[in-house]
Amino acid sequence: MSTVTPPLPYRVAGTWDETGDTRSIELVPAGRRLPPFAPGQFAMLYAFGVGEVPISASALKGRHGGLVHTVRAVGAVSAALCRLRPGDSVGLSGPYGTGWDLDAAVGHDVLIVAGGIGLAPLRPVVHAVLGRQAAYGPLAVLVGARTPADLVYRDEVESWRGQARVEVTVDRAAPGWQGAVGVVTTLLDRLELRPERTCASVCGPEVMMRHTARDLVARGLAPHRIQVSLERNMHCSTGHCGHCQLGPLLLCRDGPVVGYDRVAPLLLVREL
Amino acid sequence: MSTDAEVHASQPPASDGLVMGKDGMAVLVDVLIRRGFTVVGPTVRDGAIVLAELRSADELPYGWGVELEAGRYRLRERPDGAAFANAAGPQSWKSFLHPARVREWSADRVDGDLVFTAHQATPPRYAFLGVRPCDLRAIAIQDRVLTGGAYRDPGYEGRRSGALLIVVECTEPGATCFCVSMGTGPAAGPGYDLVMTEVVDEDGHRFWMRSGSEEGAEILAELPARPADPATQETARAGVTAAADRMGRTMPEADLRELMAGTLDAPRWDDVAGRCLTCGNCTMVCPTCFCTTTEDVTDLTGDHAERWRLWDSCFDLDFSQLHGGPVRASSRSRYRQWMTHKLGTWYDQFGSSGCVGCGRCIVWCPVGIDITEEAAALHDWTQSGTSASTPEPP
Amino acid sequence: MVTDLGPVIRTRPTLAVWKFASCDGCQLTLLDCEDELLGVTGRVRIDHFLEMSPAEGADRERARLDGRGPYDLSLVEGSITTVEDAERIQHVRRISRYLVTIGACATAGGIQALRNFADVDDFLAAVYARPEYIATLETSTPISAHVPVDFELRGCPIDGRQLLEVITAYLAGRRPQISNHSVCFECKRRGTTCITVAHGTPCLGPVTHAGCGAICPAYGRGCYGCFGPSSKPNLRSMIAQLRHDGMSERDVQRVFRTFNAASPEYAPVPDLAAEERQGPPA
Repeated sequence: MSTVTPPLPYRVAGTWDETGDTRSIELVPAGRRLPPFAPGQFAMLYAFGVGEVPISASALKGRHGGLVHTVRAVGAVSAALCRLRPGDSVGLSGPYGTGWDLDAAVGHDVLIVAGGIGLAPLRPVVHAVLGRQAAYGPLAVLVGARTPADLVYRDEVESWRGQARVEVTVDRAAPGWQGAVGVVTTLLDRLELRPERTCASVCGPEVMMRHTARDLVARGLAPHRIQVSLERNMHCSTGHCGHCQLGPLLLCRDGPVVGYDRVAPLLLVREL
Repeated sequence: MSTDAEVHASQPPASDGLVMGKDGMAVLVDVLIRRGFTVVGPTVRDGAIVLAELRSADELPYGWGVELEAGRYRLRERPDGAAFANAAGPQSWKSFLHPARVREWSADRVDGDLVFTAHQATPPRYAFLGVRPCDLRAIAIQDRVLTGGAYRDPGYEGRRSGALLIVVECTEPGATCFCVSMGTGPAAGPGYDLVMTEVVDEDGHRFWMRSGSEEGAEILAELPARPADPATQETARAGVTAAADRMGRTMPEADLRELMAGTLDAPRWDDVAGRCLTCGNCTMVCPTCFCTTTEDVTDLTGDHAERWRLWDSCFDLDFSQLHGGPVRASSRSRYRQWMTHKLGTWYDQFGSSGCVGCGRCIVWCPVGIDITEEAAALHDWTQSGTSASTPEPP
Repeated sequence: MVTDLGPVIRTRPTLAVWKFASCDGCQLTLLDCEDELLGVTGRVRIDHFLEMSPAEGADRERARLDGRGPYDLSLVEGSITTVEDAERIQHVRRISRYLVTIGACATAGGIQALRNFADVDDFLAAVYARPEYIATLETSTPISAHVPVDFELRGCPIDGRQLLEVITAYLAGRRPQISNHSVCFECKRRGTTCITVAHGTPCLGPVTHAGCGAICPAYGRGCYGCFGPSSKPNLRSMIAQLRHDGMSERDVQRVFRTFNAASPEYAPVPDLAAEERQGPPA
């Protein structure tokens, strides 16, 4: 049990543009350090004077040894975070929430399905599996995005091809795009899925996760072998503000990563 | 000072207690003030029995009762002069333990660095005088939410750990009360420092007092009281027993948690949405509703920022706001969230019901929406045979 | 040794305050922020504010009604009621980076929008000895009906704290902490006993936009809606309750026909006020 405390000051060690509106920010402690993050856990990032947002770690050890978050500028806080430059200060607290259950995946084929910036919380899973390949079966990474310009970590995703099965698709092609076109679930047809020995981790827009999980179940995956990472409004991350409820779940505490067996019925209820 | 059931259980069993008159109540308030407590209790203000700081027992609502109905609260004079023969008022103790507006921390920009400072003002030591059994349970429920999980709210913990709870057993339930349905009253459950039962009859106006903690016993020893006589104890017990039979409302005889989980697509939600103003009053008066929002503010220099926490409500459209819009846009879904959380999913999240049957949400709803009536309607629907449908994915 | 040059001097954004059809009360709210006004002028350069100074800009030449610009932040008071103003607001928008409307006139058309529900010529004939000298539009419309607005601050008049919040939020690059929920939130947070429930006083609080701090109910008076509608108000249920609390059909119509009369949310009020009540609530 710990007490709710203010954020810790962290410093921006580096930033990288991922897409037109999305940047990765690497943070190193300015003093005291937060406990280590597990893949799938999130932090609250505080932009001075603007506010705080929950963001999953997109790499646990960046180029400068710091924690990396990938932020899409969709509101005032995320826009302020995207404007940060090396040397700037932010507030950071965490790690919060559940991570991806990698232990359960040991000895299994690992399937990653990501939509858009949903690849961010899954990237540490790829890093972990590739870093300990002997412990897992084959790794497959399926990535979808609206357009080629919305694909994050493009070079890195390409670099995984040697060690993993990588498939990429976009909803709408653009000049020069030679890859697949279609929603990410269409990529499942390209896999020789071994449903009885596969663990899947899925992150993206909720509708995408719902369809992907349903398709996987239809292909024989047990619902408890499918994990999804859900998003709701969050103010405290400590289970006290009540905003992140999804029926019986407090997603800052019981999520964001949840077994599909637990959430499947909840995702069917409109406006829950 | 006792914070949970275990603490209470380890205390010596209550004796037959003591009996004191109105003079004893006056001494009690004086003793509490002398011991350094900020005494908070019921008093008449603005046409209601509110909770406020008391300087003397004279401020207690002697001779005042209340008449309660859905969407209606009226003060009524009581010829018997009783102080505590009135059901829940417009506020609850959360106004003091979990205040509506709290500064959590501040951040300053100093030479490009951020310096964070936690704000933990030393809280007053509260003595809550006249906590009803339903509200005692409500405090235990908020304890669990705010200090019983992986993270403790330090502000709440500071205010709560110093608070002395003086419970008054309920002898005069209101027409909107249903503590018996929720198993929280009218007799006091565990967790009090002192408990009293008010008796007014031909033998006079008196209070049967028992202690539930060492500190309670110490305070009791300072009061002008005599050993409790069997007649007073008997009358007091009879008053509480009779109160149990005079609940104005009841919940349907059903497992409410299952009822909530099984009726998410009931047409009744549309019906209540037609009446609900989504004004948030039910959540604000509820003694267990704990939801808050945060405000990050800056001063004009731009170098000083503060984090404030305010009471929030699931009835606010912004409550479920995500990039792309609110999750719960319809008032149907917002009322459903409140009620299913209170009676159902609270069990999943915090191990108990979130409702204590105090009836405040019924009284203080401007249009008189009644949670017991809504629960009964949902229950009727499950019994009617039309509910066996499986929702289709959107 | 490095000489301390003091705090970094950031560029001071420019502020302009504009008046359209209005009573000036909202502009005065800025001047009424006496304790904070020096702080404001330290952080923004007030370049155009006829209420405060007849001079304009850094070189302080005589100000004109239409201003020179450009301005970083424009506060616009008042509604559009003349052809000239309809043109002038386009100009103001063009020379403003960020445009905030302040008050019920600018956000909803104001009390003068009562003309929208009647024949403006009748009003002119009733008020002016020589109505032919008056050139006015048939309607009073909010600024947002004419140009894109970055933020709307409600109230008649606006609340000084909220105005400062909008200005400081703009300076910090954050969203103003201004909620769209009901006045009831503010009543409960400040510990006011509900006057509708405890006394049967008709009150628009449950359907009215917060922001005033719930002043009226704290003094025993029902909210009369000067901040306009809260988000998605349930007017049918509210009006049934107002009727229950003793208001006549005419009373109900009139209570919504004030400073925010032309708010689109209030359009169904006349029909709802006329509806037969189905009996008192539960």
